[in-house]
Amino acid sequence: MSEFSVIGKPVALVDSAGKTTGQGKYTDDLSMPGMLIGKILHSPLPHARIIGIDASRALALDGVVAVAVGADAPNKYGILPVGHDETALAVDKVRYVGDNVACVVAESEAIAEKALELINVRYEPLPAWFDPEDSMRAESDLIHEQRPHNMEKEYHHVFGDPAVGFAEADTVIEGRYVANEVTHAAMEPHSTLAAFELDPQTGLPGRLTVWSSTQVPYYLQHKLSIVLEMPMSQIRVIKPLVGGGFGGKSEVIPLEIIAAVAAREARAPVKITYTREEVFWAHRGRPRTIVDLKTGVTREGKITAVAAKVIQDGGAYCSYGVVTILYAGALLGGALYQIPNFQYDGYRVLTNKPACGAMRGHGTVNARFAFESQLDEAARRIGMDPVEIRRRNLLSPPCVTVNGLRVQSYGLPECIERVAERSGWRERKGKLPRGRGLGIGCSHYVSGAANSIIRSDMPHSTVNIKIDRDGGVVVYTGASDIGQGSDTMVAQIAAETLGCSLGRVRVVAADTDLTPIDIGSYSSRVTFMNGNATLRAAQAVKRQIAEAAARRMNCSSEDVVMRGDCVWNRGAYGDEGPGAAEEAATVAASGRVEGQILRGSVQQKRAEEGPKDKMTFEEAVVAAIDFHGALGGSGSYAPPAEARGGKYKGSGVGPSPAYSYSAQVAEVSVDEETGVVTVHKIWAAHDCGRALNPVAVEGQVIGSVWMGLGQALEEEMIWKDGLLMNPGLLEYRSPSAAESPEIECIIVESVDPEGPFGAKEASEGSLAAVIPAIANAIHDAVGIRLREAPFTPERVLAALRGQQPEARKIRLAGNVDPTQPATFREHGGSLCYKGRGPARHALDPALRRKAARGNAPKPKDDAR
Amino acid sequence: MKKLLITLNVNGRDVEFACAPNQTLLDALRLDLALTGSKRGCDDSSCGACTVEVDGEPMLACTLLAAACEDRRILTVEGIAEHGALAAIQKAYGEWGGAQCGFCTPGFMIAVHSLLARNPDPSEDEIRAALGGNLCRCTGYNQMYQAVKAAIDAEKAGRRAF
Ligand code: FES
Ligand code: FES
Repeated sequence: MSEFSVIGKPVALVDSAGKTTGQGKYTDDLSMPGMLIGKILHSPLPHARIIGIDASRALALDGVVAVAVGADAPNKYGILPVGHDETALAVDKVRYVGDNVACVVAESEAIAEKALELINVRYEPLPAWFDPEDSMRAESDLIHEQRPHNMEKEYHHVFGDPAVGFAEADTVIEGRYVANEVTHAAMEPHSTLAAFELDPQTGLPGRLTVWSSTQVPYYLQHKLSIVLEMPMSQIRVIKPLVGGGFGGKSEVIPLEIIAAVAAREARAPVKITYTREEVFWAHRGRPRTIVDLKTGVTREGKITAVAAKVIQDGGAYCSYGVVTILYAGALLGGALYQIPNFQYDGYRVLTNKPACGAMRGHGTVNARFAFESQLDEAARRIGMDPVEIRRRNLLSPPCVTVNGLRVQSYGLPECIERVAERSGWRERKGKLPRGRGLGIGCSHYVSGAANSIIRSDMPHSTVNIKIDRDGGVVVYTGASDIGQGSDTMVAQIAAETLGCSLGRVRVVAADTDLTPIDIGSYSSRVTFMNGNATLRAAQAVKRQIAEAAARRMNCSSEDVVMRGDCVWNRGAYGDEGPGAAEEAATVAASGRVEGQILRGSVQQKRAEEGPKDKMTFEEAVVAAIDFHGALGGSGSYAPPAEARGGKYKGSGVGPSPAYSYSAQVAEVSVDEETGVVTVHKIWAAHDCGRALNPVAVEGQVIGSVWMGLGQALEEEMIWKDGLLMNPGLLEYRSPSAAESPEIECIIVESVDPEGPFGAKEASEGSLAAVIPAIANAIHDAVGIRLREAPFTPERVLAALRGQQPEARKIRLAGNVDPTQPATFREHGGSLCYKGRGPARHALDPALRRKAARGNAPKPKDDAR
Repeated sequence: MKKLLITLNVNGRDVEFACAPNQTLLDALRLDLALTGSKRGCDDSSCGACTVEVDGEPMLACTLLAAACEDRRILTVEGIAEHGALAAIQKAYGEWGGAQCGFCTPGFMIAVHSLLARNPDPSEDEIRAALGGNLCRCTGYNQMYQAVKAAIDAEKAGRRAF
């Protein structure tokens, strides 16, 4: 029989029936008596001072109850302690198209919408900043007065000696890589319901309860307490089912605060649900990132030094920005390859666009795209196979990297080996017909940040377990299940540790009144940290049960085995266990204790006489309650000091107790006529430590790879004068089933020494590898190096055109060379804008082909 | 706007209620009938989270008027379960990871249900085409195909899902 009975088995998510039957409740499914609907008025201008707001006509409308404005709740908040720069509603200025100006509370959505049109806001427009490289030079009209040059934060790190490293290199490659802005677009639009209770002592509004689509209920509780000036203990945050987050719900989103402010103004429960367009405006996605990268390698393929300058277009507020720019550097040098010398210059810049924040693969994805693409170029330059160059730069763990990251379990070598094998790399690479190619990319990610965003030595997760006489196990965890399956993970760990079946375990999660604190579902921390806390809580309960059972069975508590809903004396259990048949029989017998349960074990003993060597789970629980008086356990987790990184400024971001690893191969074909890139298949090997629930791990890996694929091929937020041109799911081009290729997930288990049962993260690490894997495959297919993502047909075609001999001479694409994106193009980088295609040079071969067919358009001489 | 008194047949039951002539079926289901299984994921009929069956055809409830559905049979995700137990497709979606956050799932349940009603043994391409109108941001769709195939096998084997 296997080592585990619940761990490592593919089990359906414990809440899956609620999802497939429609019974499960998400925030927008909730309502309460007297509930009103809130609607937010957004700014039409990217940067403007507010001169005055006149809401009198809106308030006069039948069915309108209240209008909240900035002055009603002017306290500043922000997800990072260093970035408190937001207010519930704009107080003096608006800073992006879509900024929040006022909130109407009305009896129905239709009335509220009508009222929005009746609010008169007078603005004084200010010059706005859209290009981060311009914005960095700003002297006046700053977005936030306290941030000179619109610079949210800059970091300059040097590890080792990069100058010496580059001198040792046989070849040095430099290039600029750009990845355009993408957003989470979780299927559930954000929603919040806020209600105050009347206090029986004072008769006034007292406690506040907030139901919200959030990944971070405890941070929400904290920010609400700042804005509403209420003690945290008076605020209860409940997370119902959440329809996907991907980081978009990992900070406090304006509507969550606004709903509470509006409920206070309206003196009634208020629900606000974003429209899809508002979700796009709320954003907090992955910033447009410009990476100037330089890599030195020896002829033997050894990386000698890396230097990177990264500029992130952060949008109008800090959000997670400081962390994002640090992740880009920390995990670029990172714990993936051996990089002895590393220089990093990171700039997080404010612009008049919606704030960017954390998105799956936080901070690491765009930098990884640059690095893995350049590594491919380096391999070509020295004539080495791209798989081989990666194998020559592996770490030798356990080790600490130059930038202070501790690495223990390291499944990267096996990931590379397995994808190469499964994709037929060695047999097929270089032998495919023109137009078809293979590319490889690798990535890694943290299993939770070793330092929480509010620096403290407190535990990051705490879990309580209650078992009563009925033998039911209730786990109280603050972990926020957003679809990744954390409730199931918690139930599995508790069931495995207590040797009971999954059905016996109930999980109560993410309710600040009931569950102990957990800092939230972000940075892929939940399995590692909340899992460890659950493990420790379950072990505490197990110790108490074993102690009592040992007395009943006349053995020592070390000899008590809990498995299969039974408690055994090891002697009776045997080395191999009692075999499947007997285990099944005892499982069936368990749960029937003939009405004795509520009386206690004295009576049970009387009925049964003498010691025994096997008890049902219920009997053991009753014995433990008899013996200890109460049965329960708590466990918590704080990352160990050794895993918390170096001492330099900014060293807090990047360290993690464990890293996940991924290697991927993509097979693509490129249509040279249309520029369309088709991905046929992706092989993705992911090292998740131990797969606690293989179906869920596969789902997370495939989901991340798929999301990366969207960013690689078509997803892109397109801006024009600060206005988002594509705020809808169709225009944003989220891939549908028809466009999504097969993704083969290969699970690699490196069994981490500190993870719960050896587990690490599985949900984010795979995203970053897919973009460079596709870029490298495109190069393999048709020989073009795309340095700007997504790889849309326009960019592919322009690059193909640029490849032709005549084009090289005449710089066909003018100063817009898509393979060398040197300047910021505000329309989002698409070459087709202002309603016509790019102007073509008279000698453009494409024009000549058309001329031959007899329909040549007049050549334009305004080539850009 | 004066409300109309209309009767809808939802999941086999007739319900009578007053609705504005411009009310969508989705709002009628979610707000008036408290059937919140059907979801709203977009503003422009691009996501499929609101898919319901109207006379056996999958339709987007967010762009249908409730009053236009009088006398037509409406099936929502709440009506998919069979005899108080999970239908094969529901069980398979759980077991094969077809639902992660589950927000898109009601729409997919209906899309698959109407596919299998029309074509009990679809090919891989037919499954892809049938799911093409529904978006999911979590799963990358791969595990959904496995779930649909598993459900078809379960149906074929005549195995009831409980
Ligand atoms: S709600 Fe998106 S299609 Fe109906
Ligand atoms: S399961 Fe989350 S959107 Fe499909």
